Amino acid sequence: MADLHSIKLTVNGKTYEHQVEPRLLLADFLRHELGLSGTHVGCEHGVCGACTVLLDGEAVRSCIMFAVQANGHEIMTVEGLAKSQTELHPIQQAFHEAHGLQCGFCTPGFLMTLVPFLKENPNPTEKEIREAISGNLCRCTGYQHIVEAVKLVAGKKD
Amino acid sequence: MKPASFDYAAPNSLEAALALKAQHGDDAKFLAGGQSLIPAMNFRLVQTSLLVDVNNIRELDYVHESNGELHIGAMTRQRRLERDPLVKARAPLLHEAIPWVAHLQIRNRGTIGGSIAHADPAAELPVVVVALGARLKIQSNRDSRWVAAADFFKGLFTVDLAADEMLTEIVLPALPLRTGTAFVEFARRRGDYALMGVAAVVTLDEKGMCQDGRLVFLNAGEGPLNAKQASGMLRGQMLSPKLIDESATLAAQNEIQPMGNVHASAEYQRHLAKVLAKRALKTALERAH
Repeated sequence: MADLHSIKLTVNGKTYEHQVEPRLLLADFLRHELGLSGTHVGCEHGVCGACTVLLDGEAVRSCIMFAVQANGHEIMTVEGLAKSQTELHPIQQAFHEAHGLQCGFCTPGFLMTLVPFLKENPNPTEKEIREAISGNLCRCTGYQHIVEAVKLVAGKKD
Repeated sequence: MKPASFDYAAPNSLEAALALKAQHGDDAKFLAGGQSLIPAMNFRLVQTSLLVDVNNIRELDYVHESNGELHIGAMTRQRRLERDPLVKARAPLLHEAIPWVAHLQIRNRGTIGGSIAHADPAAELPVVVVALGARLKIQSNRDSRWVAAADFFKGLFTVDLAADEMLTEIVLPALPLRTGTAFVEFARRRGDYALMGVAAVVTLDEKGMCQDGRLVFLNAGEGPLNAKQASGMLRGQMLSPKLIDESATLAAQNEIQPMGNVHASAEYQRHLAKVLAKRALKTALERAH
């Protein structure tokens, strides 16, 4: 086994210090070491988007980044979105109201892709929404209700 | 799938990174954005004994202009280039091509140098640097040299880099006056690898005749494919729709070497190449005026 490396990082505002093997993927670190199983692992090669998390505020695939690379950085996972156990983040609320999920496996990845997207572009067109979610696969919804959810939260529901 | 075990180092300086690579040679790999390397490691298509992570080398992350040329550090992230006003103004071809590089989440990590050094024949950025006549800075701790982008690509995933060398800077020359550029590609879904794509560069003289033209294709051979006959026939001519059609046809039928794959036959790729080359030349011509 390769030498362990000490890492110190912030996840959802909380600081963690861990020893990790270099080959440990960030997604597996979040799930298995920190118990944050909201980040889902689908394809493990950067195609499906289920493992999307925020790295210093930008959406990245946590399955094609090593945990050791997150040393000194800020991570946000889906667990960091809701303000409390009873109050959903507006984008989560919109997914709930617009029926933007069925099985829910892809949902954390969609949410973490959409949070920075809507911050940068609060009033997206449908084309921009579809382009923004092009890196996230959903095998249930056909995407229509996901797009509706984004329009809802962007105040653009017709 | 999980990667095989490896040792890891993340030096803060280029010098330290190059020293590690010189020491370990082919047993070590540089880790740039990792958006192609880590998937390959996850599948164990790639195994290495040492990974030299160059993401902490801040000195390789920059975009600046000098004597009209655009200097881009190899570790500059694609997403930064996509948003950079200097890139938009000085290298519109790069600005136009970058959003076609995979998905936003990938571009947030992926770097320009990583993509060029990886040399995937379906990648956009190698095509852009060849089309723009870029020069690439190659460094090791024993030497520093420049190589023309056109000479850098040696074959499938193969480039002109020795075991102790690293691509550190990309320099895009200023576009000549009356030059228009265009990038178009066709993929089955947004962000997928393109089935075919092409960059066109057209420079006109004062009378509106074509002084120089270039057509470079992706996924049309073992690396970025510069269709020299097709662009040669444009030189010194007025670019009529007929001539554009003939040039695109020549490139698609005689010059490109598409290999075909499960999604598209070589014949279909040639069809796409002709249609896309016509569109790219027409757009570049409009922009040159």
